[in-house]
Amino acid sequence: MDMTSNTSNQKENAPTNVVGKPLDRVDGPAKVTGAARYSAEINVPGTVYGVLKSSTIAKGRITGIDTSRAAKEPGIINIFTHENLPKPAKTPKQIEKWRAAQSYLPMQDNQIQYAGQPVALVVAATLEAATQAAALIKVTYQAETPIDSYHDPKAELFDPQKIQQGKKDAHVVRGNPQQAYDGAAVKHEATYVHAINHHSPMEPAATLAVWEGADKLTVYEASQNVTMHQGALADLLGMPREQIRVVTKYIGGGFGCKGSFWPHTILTVLAAKAVNRPVKLALTRPQMFTGVGHREDQEQTLKMGATADGKLVSIVHTKKATTSPWDNYTESNGKVMDMLYACENYSTVYELARANVMTSVWMRAPGEAPGSFALESSMDDLANQLNIDPMEIRLRNYADYDHSNGKPWSSKSLKQCYTRGAELFGWSKRNPKPGQTRRGRMLVGHGMASATYPVHSSQGTARVRLFADGHAVVEAGATDLGTGTYTVMTQVSADALGLPPEKIRFELGDTRLPTAPGSGGSVAAGTVASSIMAAAQDVWDKVVKMAVADKKSPLYKAKPTDVKVELGRMFLSKDPKKGETLLAALGRSGQPDIEGSGTGKYGAGYEEKNFGQNGADPNNDNKEKKTGGHSMHSFGAHFCEVEVDPDLGTIRVTRWVGVHGAGTVLNLKTATSQMTGGAIYGIGAALMEDTFRDPNFAHYTNADLAGYHIPVNADIPNIQVEFVPESDPYINYLGVKGIGELGMVGVAAAVGNAVFNATGRRLRSLPMTPDKMLEAMRMPA
Amino acid sequence: MSAPTTPAPLNPDGSRRTFMKQAGGFLGLALAPPFLSQAERLTALSKKVEGVSTISLKVNGTVRAIRAEPRVTLLDALREYLDLTGSKKGCDHGQCGACTVLVDGKRVNSCLTLAIMTQGKEVTTIEGLAKEGGELHPMQAAFLKHDGFQCGYCTPGQIMSAVACVQEGHAGSEAEVREWMSGNLCRCSAYPNITAAILEAKGQMG
Repeated sequence: MDMTSNTSNQKENAPTNVVGKPLDRVDGPAKVTGAARYSAEINVPGTVYGVLKSSTIAKGRITGIDTSRAAKEPGIINIFTHENLPKPAKTPKQIEKWRAAQSYLPMQDNQIQYAGQPVALVVAATLEAATQAAALIKVTYQAETPIDSYHDPKAELFDPQKIQQGKKDAHVVRGNPQQAYDGAAVKHEATYVHAINHHSPMEPAATLAVWEGADKLTVYEASQNVTMHQGALADLLGMPREQIRVVTKYIGGGFGCKGSFWPHTILTVLAAKAVNRPVKLALTRPQMFTGVGHREDQEQTLKMGATADGKLVSIVHTKKATTSPWDNYTESNGKVMDMLYACENYSTVYELARANVMTSVWMRAPGEAPGSFALESSMDDLANQLNIDPMEIRLRNYADYDHSNGKPWSSKSLKQCYTRGAELFGWSKRNPKPGQTRRGRMLVGHGMASATYPVHSSQGTARVRLFADGHAVVEAGATDLGTGTYTVMTQVSADALGLPPEKIRFELGDTRLPTAPGSGGSVAAGTVASSIMAAAQDVWDKVVKMAVADKKSPLYKAKPTDVKVELGRMFLSKDPKKGETLLAALGRSGQPDIEGSGTGKYGAGYEEKNFGQNGADPNNDNKEKKTGGHSMHSFGAHFCEVEVDPDLGTIRVTRWVGVHGAGTVLNLKTATSQMTGGAIYGIGAALMEDTFRDPNFAHYTNADLAGYHIPVNADIPNIQVEFVPESDPYINYLGVKGIGELGMVGVAAAVGNAVFNATGRRLRSLPMTPDKMLEAMRMPA
Repeated sequence: MSAPTTPAPLNPDGSRRTFMKQAGGFLGLALAPPFLSQAERLTALSKKVEGVSTISLKVNGTVRAIRAEPRVTLLDALREYLDLTGSKKGCDHGQCGACTVLVDGKRVNSCLTLAIMTQGKEVTTIEGLAKEGGELHPMQAAFLKHDGFQCGYCTPGQIMSAVACVQEGHAGSEAEVREWMSGNLCRCSAYPNITAAILEAKGQMG
């Protein structure tokens, strides 16, 4: 084949420039036709079914397990209990850097530490037989009285010193907060309660464990982070990482719960090895409430001191929360209070109480969501107390730099968000006097709150393979939770290579691909996009080298450093007309394809690499040199209208506007959907989500989707979302800030603030259910 | 494990009687309406089927036979026996709607339906909605255009439910769509987009 003549006639591709465009999801056709296969749907011949049996007590020990009736079910292959399940090479406790939230592995002995803890695993030829057999297993227990939460009189609050596996301090002090509070002209103190919330993704957690040989394992896992799952399995099994492959091509939501490692995965893997068959195990919906963590029940007390004109002088925050018998996980609510406003004095202290519950875990906007509920509700109170407009009080406390660390912002568009949001919402028409606006019988209220989320430093690797026939395969071991990773990375790759998006195949969700971060902490988009750009640059460099050495190239004999690449076209920086496409040069080379790889950074690591240790600002006397020179956050503002039924206490959100500044938006359609979903996730927490733990038995009484209410279609009005233009050179190559969590931060407060405006009553306990509203209505405003 | 499946002609007698013979005598007797003769009641008792039997299901226009127990739900029959994994299991309790399929044109939660009960009925799943050749159904196209999903796990159920919602005449207004689509949960919360998609597809469904 004469590649040369082919390509010399080839017209140069028009620049595509698809980043930011509202492309339909590239994985959309597979999802709307049912072709997308999630982890429990991979068809591996010979697969048998695993079903877990869960403990009915929350504390005590197993005194006997009778499997005789269960074993008679037709098709039973094996019934595993702590007595016969093969042990892992190491338990989490024996692993130096255990990477998951929960360090306790059930079914290692007869101890029961929480309700719903796995006590047996049945493997059978059919799902029906395994399910029935699990029901027929008779477990006898010696039950002890459990502790249900920090509320429990038996619970003892303790100072954990560090929270989140030792990663964060449980005491943070800046300035002299108590003294500043004592001397403040205006004081406000309030306590906020947050119910237990469960992530409740629509796809239950699932593991399909396939031993390809004695020392070779493939796991199809509902995972937000295949690298994490691979690493945890390697640690537990004592196997080299490369012998374990974790695959997640499609995942039915996660919201955090599938980003940590939970017992069912290793139990399934161990059972599969023992029966020498692929074993598929999906948690039942009730097991989703005791199998993959939750947002912990918690209570925050927030003291705010301010000047007479509403300027904050002190924030004193404490948090009490329930944790498991083994781990000190708790959300760090203080982060948002430390940085959102200009305040010189700040402290937060965490206290935990051990109870018979599994370890809680990060759930969408961990810390920021409940933290902002307290902070933004108190700000609203302060505004009302001082007769200042809620948006105005926020502007008076606007932080021009990050007071938590003294660093300048890499970018911040919060003022624009306030202005644009107020305009879209019609904020100026709001009646500032609470309880004055009616629509028929309904009390109408308007509230607003700020949103913010940090840019967590992260890095990852990608591989780009550009084929001479004009298509490309781009790979990174990331995941797409529904967040649009497949789509936005296709767009980024298209622009990097100058190809139309339909000529890009982006592969993710496999540990065989280059290591990329999982979906969590809103790092995926920025990190993977940066990684792809780094890999694409590697391809550019290689093709530029080819071109400058090729007599037929317009760039022949040019210095590679004088050549720029944009949208797949190489050209002389000084004479942009002189150039050709990557494909033209590659085609002439006779090489069928060319491959590049690269590591991209997100956040502080990117800044440090590209702008030096102190960032671009030489006047920044930042002491934490290691983490770069700028503070990096996204910001936004929510505006909410509610209708409150004064007789029934029901609260309905009737209007919503969210305006956000989050750097470069990679796809306006998917980004808008994600922010809309964030607002609704927050409305769920605000108005209905509450997993109730029985105080006597410490088990959940509403552990299913009929008992645990999440928003349904009829609960939700139209949600208006906009992004303000924002460019940020410091955070990553494309200036992308993550948006997965941002949309939820401040939502519950915006709802509560609207409820206050409607009724003159402040609800400080989430969710704001009708009983709480009615009770408040009975009290004087 | 997927049981071997063989296409088989539809049992011409997809009737209640057949169901009862296969569903088991006791259940059959309990459900037997009064117009059944005593003899038929006795037949139902005596022909109690235990364990695995052949169940013929007409799914997306094709009749397929599976060897399965009477306790197998339609959802598990589709997913685990016929490898039609488009219908999703979100709760297995009829609480989330991810498993919604059409049975004789009506939307049902397939997790609450025994496969054996749908013999002789037309089952339509998400895999059977697009035209032959792959052209999307207007509802599928509208979901894609309006981004009526994120993770996609509730989507097949949403789309099947949406098709039925329109056919029932329950898509007259935004408020009506919201109400009649509230049996299908979406945790990514694509609700506004789902509503917009349904209102648009309604006009194209004819």
